[in-house]
Amino acid sequence: MTGPSPRAATLPAYAHRLRRRVAILLGLGALMLVALLFDIATGPSNLPLNDVITGILNPAGLDGPGRVIIWDVRLPYALMAVLVGAALALAGAEMQTILNNPLASPFTLGVSSAASFGAALALVLGASLPFVPAGWNLPAFAFIFAFGSVLLLQALAGLRGTGVETLVLFGIALVFTFNALVALIQFVASQEALQQLVFWSMGSLSRATWQKLGVLALVAALTTPFALHASWRMTALRLGEDRARSFGISVARLRFFSLLRVSLLAATSVAFVGTIGFIGLVAPHIARMLVGEDHRFFLPASMLAGAAIMSLASVASKTLVPGALLPVGIVTALIGVPFFMALIFTRRERL
Amino acid sequence: MAPMLTIEGLSVFYGRRAILENLSVPALTGGSVTALIGPNGAGKTTLLRALAGLVPAAGSIRLDDVELTRLTIAGHARFVTYMPQALPQRVALTVFEATLSALMSSREGGLSAGGLSSGEAQARALRTLERLGIGDLAMRGLDELSGGQRQLASLAQSIVREPTVLLLDEPTSALDIHHQMRVMQLVEELARERAIIVVIVLHDIAQAARFARRIVVLEQGRIAADGSPGEAITPETLARVYRVEARVEHCARGFLQVIVDRAV
Repeated sequence: MTGPSPRAATLPAYAHRLRRRVAILLGLGALMLVALLFDIATGPSNLPLNDVITGILNPAGLDGPGRVIIWDVRLPYALMAVLVGAALALAGAEMQTILNNPLASPFTLGVSSAASFGAALALVLGASLPFVPAGWNLPAFAFIFAFGSVLLLQALAGLRGTGVETLVLFGIALVFTFNALVALIQFVASQEALQQLVFWSMGSLSRATWQKLGVLALVAALTTPFALHASWRMTALRLGEDRARSFGISVARLRFFSLLRVSLLAATSVAFVGTIGFIGLVAPHIARMLVGEDHRFFLPASMLAGAAIMSLASVASKTLVPGALLPVGIVTALIGVPFFMALIFTRRERL
Repeated sequence: MAPMLTIEGLSVFYGRRAILENLSVPALTGGSVTALIGPNGAGKTTLLRALAGLVPAAGSIRLDDVELTRLTIAGHARFVTYMPQALPQRVALTVFEATLSALMSSREGGLSAGGLSSGEAQARALRTLERLGIGDLAMRGLDELSGGQRQLASLAQSIVREPTVLLLDEPTSALDIHHQMRVMQLVEELARERAIIVVIVLHDIAQAARFARRIVVLEQGRIAADGSPGEAITPETLARVYRVEARVEHCARGFLQVIVDRAV
């Protein structure tokens, strides 16, 4: 034998790799913070970056309009971008693992379409829920249908002998069903309602308020620790369902709770900001390229990547067309897809 | 004392179709390898999966005093590990991480893999890889390995758990001759060393005869023959079960050789 023994080399190499992944997570976090600051600083009324920073740190030191712009418009908007990005990315990452399919995401498996259908019911047919304040009626409808769509997947997963392929096909069938139903409602909608519905489904951060932020933050805070706690089990699941079960993992249970988290995260996000299709699919892929599939790193990296991309997309939505605010759902796809394709094609040179 | 695994009246149904029907196998004893052979669709994999608690089964599977069929999936995993025939997918995990996950995932599930710390788990994973002769693959990703290398990684995931009952479903199907021999030798060594029960599904009858002390021949969910290689592998059994005309001869070293002349 020549060279150091594998044992002497492997454990330090593994420790080194873990440190590198922590560094990548920190880097993603820093990128996200920078993007967030730029997002807060960007807008039709020009506020210099250091005014923004002092305005956040010391609100009293700011004049009235500046304070309103930063605290009532820019901050909720920018924080919503970060939270929605992280939530959709975590939902997508969990779905891809649990369903063992790289194409799984809240968007591709019907959650967004279901939310659109709920929104269409509220907007066009004027459906309303008892005990729900008027301003929350639309998100409540979107949430109920988005949540319900994942519950349908869940119910199907609970039937004995349902494979993950069946689940994915069922999710795709949901997309087409809800899209057709939305089209049907659009067909009978008044012009004004139609306009509102189309705008809603494009996805926009402009509906952010501190209350909605609070709700989404609460959902994320409640679900993320459980997702991280399941990370080794999800890592093992990547190597095959029978194998994972043979390690003592109840895959049915893991899948049930994971889909429950996914439904909460995705439904809440989509209810508040509308359809944003790209993040939940792509952020996990970027995370996988950066840190591999040890889910202790993969899940947080997905969240940070999702938050950073969403934040950058938000900046772009305000700056691409001067004076106009593009719906962010459009921007994520237009900017994100070429970026993502570039990543995929350069991937072969990775370590 | 060596552990004993007893199967009594075991039935497994897929829908209404019985894959295994009222199957009983006299006690399998720890310390040596038992090979499970039989034609395609005989129920070999189903039997292994039933032993691993992966398919609902009626009847009794007893490991010493423990009735395995009454255990949860997590309870099962304390005694039994099953290596599926399918190779692990090409995922972005290194061989070392994959092996580690076999230990860490059940630790996290609330049952300790022997109260293992993460450092101990790492050391044990690495020892396993070295013993399999793939220590140099430890930091390579499963997505950059050949099929044979992934099969070795898959085997590492199973033996690292140090189970009492090790169930291997065609563990050598993707390997070259050197690695086939190496794996079979290692499995036999492990069985002796740890006095564990090893049940291994093989297609190569000569290989089964070479390494197993006991051979169970399965045919359409029933036992067609059971005994030492000499008892279980006879021209008559081969003709009946596999529908081939074959000669069974002893080579210069005394191992059974099967020469198949033609299908009948």
